[in-house]
Amino acid sequence: MPYQEHFETIAGCKIRIMRGGRGEKLLFLHGARGASSWLPFMETLSQRFDLIVPEHPGFGGSDTPDWLDNVGDLAYFYLDLIDALKLERVNLAGVSLGGWIASEIAVRNDTALKTLTLICAAGIHVKGQPKGDIFMWSREEFIRNIFHDPRFAEAMLAMAPSDGEVFIETKNRLATAKLGWQPRLYNPDLHKWLHRITVPTLIVWGDDDKVIPPAYGPAFQKLIPGSRLEIMKDTGHTLQIERADELAALMTSFIEGARR
Amino acid sequence: MKFFFFHLMPYAALDPDYDKQYNSAWVTLPNTYYDPKIGHQLYNRYLDELEYADAMGFDGICVNEHHSNAYGMMPIPGVMAGALARRTKTCKIAVLGRALPLLNNPLTVAEEFAMLDTITGGRLVAGFVRGIGAEYHAWGANPAESHARFHEAHDLIIQSWTRPGPFAFEGKYYHFNYVNVWPRTFQQPHPPIWIPSQGSRETIEWAAHPDRKYTYLQTFSPVQALARYMQMYRETADRYGWQAGPEDVGWAIPTYCAETDEIAKREAKPHIEFFFNKLLRMPQEMLLPPGYLSLASMQGVMAAKRTMTGGVQTIDDLMEKAIFLCGSPATLREKIEQYQSQIGFGYLLPTMQFGTLPHELTTKSTELFAKEVIPHFRGKADRQPAKQASA
Repeated sequence: MPYQEHFETIAGCKIRIMRGGRGEKLLFLHGARGASSWLPFMETLSQRFDLIVPEHPGFGGSDTPDWLDNVGDLAYFYLDLIDALKLERVNLAGVSLGGWIASEIAVRNDTALKTLTLICAAGIHVKGQPKGDIFMWSREEFIRNIFHDPRFAEAMLAMAPSDGEVFIETKNRLATAKLGWQPRLYNPDLHKWLHRITVPTLIVWGDDDKVIPPAYGPAFQKLIPGSRLEIMKDTGHTLQIERADELAALMTSFIEGARR
Repeated sequence: MKFFFFHLMPYAALDPDYDKQYNSAWVTLPNTYYDPKIGHQLYNRYLDELEYADAMGFDGICVNEHHSNAYGMMPIPGVMAGALARRTKTCKIAVLGRALPLLNNPLTVAEEFAMLDTITGGRLVAGFVRGIGAEYHAWGANPAESHARFHEAHDLIIQSWTRPGPFAFEGKYYHFNYVNVWPRTFQQPHPPIWIPSQGSRETIEWAAHPDRKYTYLQTFSPVQALARYMQMYRETADRYGWQAGPEDVGWAIPTYCAETDEIAKREAKPHIEFFFNKLLRMPQEMLLPPGYLSLASMQGVMAAKRTMTGGVQTIDDLMEKAIFLCGSPATLREKIEQYQSQIGFGYLLPTMQFGTLPHELTTKSTELFAKEVIPHFRGKADRQPAKQASA
């Protein structure tokens, strides 16, 4: 399914959006590494869904607005975007940092949402379960630590990034630091309000996640009423690459089976 | 030219083999490598060396701030400055911290500096820095806010010294109903302000602004880079419509002086190499966290793949780049005079203890430098390099 790339200006910020496919609307929020390209995982989802993949303000081809200070700002930005693009009954999904943003959106207002999917999501803190220090890792360590199967890391490392890609990586790291350096990748207040989420919620984790340990999966599940948790075996942090087909199939059956 | 004796107070007893297990002497090196009994000896020895520099006629002495590392044991430099305030009588005391973005309340620095300035009867030089990148890992401060917090903390401190209190300060990061610092600074309107930096266009633009005209100090840079940054400072001042002189720029550099060039090099070699290769060792992710440099500057660094840990450096490399001054008094007189006339700095801040350099060699070098190098420059006007035609 071909995808279209276009720009939208919302809350004074011009952002880049990739969109493709037909069906129920699915808004996918990327993680710290951005969403520069249309992944095979997205291609698969676009067979069944109208898939919308924005780049967050501050990331990739999107502008960095003066108002961007924290994840709460992005949550309100995306509530504006849902209104502006008329995304009624939208299925919301996010990986890692994007899962944090999705949670912050849903606790504020989930009336426009049909479902919520959180994949290896940041946003909360579990005592005694330290996250990986992504800012201390070199580029190579980072790539090795986001997968379980080293073949994925080897393949990614074998491709030398272009100058343009290095610029995007640097820009994305800066935006991630701005949002999540301290406290590290969580909002100390979020856990208090996750019970406000009333839409069917799927939580997915890799059992070998070295960025956000698998113990965070059950912690989210406990905090979100009626949510369902799936742990994938022999899987790291980047499910959308390492388990592209299984994750797409799981999301598809969850969304299509969800009633609201 | 004015001479300021600069001490970093390294943990000189650091096991040199630490790097077989750890990739840096900063942030993640366990503090079990530090022995409090040795620390007690080192602190007191280093304070003696600073006091000795005062007795030998240096114009000033400098202390420094870094956190969670073996490179320098002065996380709270005001403690050292306080100890020195009463033991010295004439020299200036420059606190070349304080890392403003690391602070929850910058008024603590306004208070600390005002106290030091008052006790010393106006001998304080107030340093403001952002800290190095490692500090942001150690302290949890967000490097993406580093520039903005630095500027706002600076504004708050300067206002607290210059506006009658109490007044309200309404910033983005700091908000106070009652800014009312007691004591007030002894020097009015406030102590001289120095801005140490490893070189950044943004910092130079800011320091040379006519509202500030702060003394800019270049630290740990090859002489070529030094010349470029000092030229940049003068050009910025020109653009703003004022003329910067030698008193506006300074150079901080490890320095060793001995009887002959050969003795100097032989004696300094293991200690300066320990300093650069062991104490300054850190990966780029630690040195340059995201936001510490602007996106544009970071691009330049990524392109050049330059790091402070780019391979092992020998004393010959360091002397060739003049990132280390080493030699007999005659050699040092000649080199300093040559660099001064070419580059135009009015302050020289020799770091006369570095790495593992022991006390006896530190005082021998300090004494020789004070007796045979400094007097050569007394009563001589600093030279200002001719303006270069801009390209």
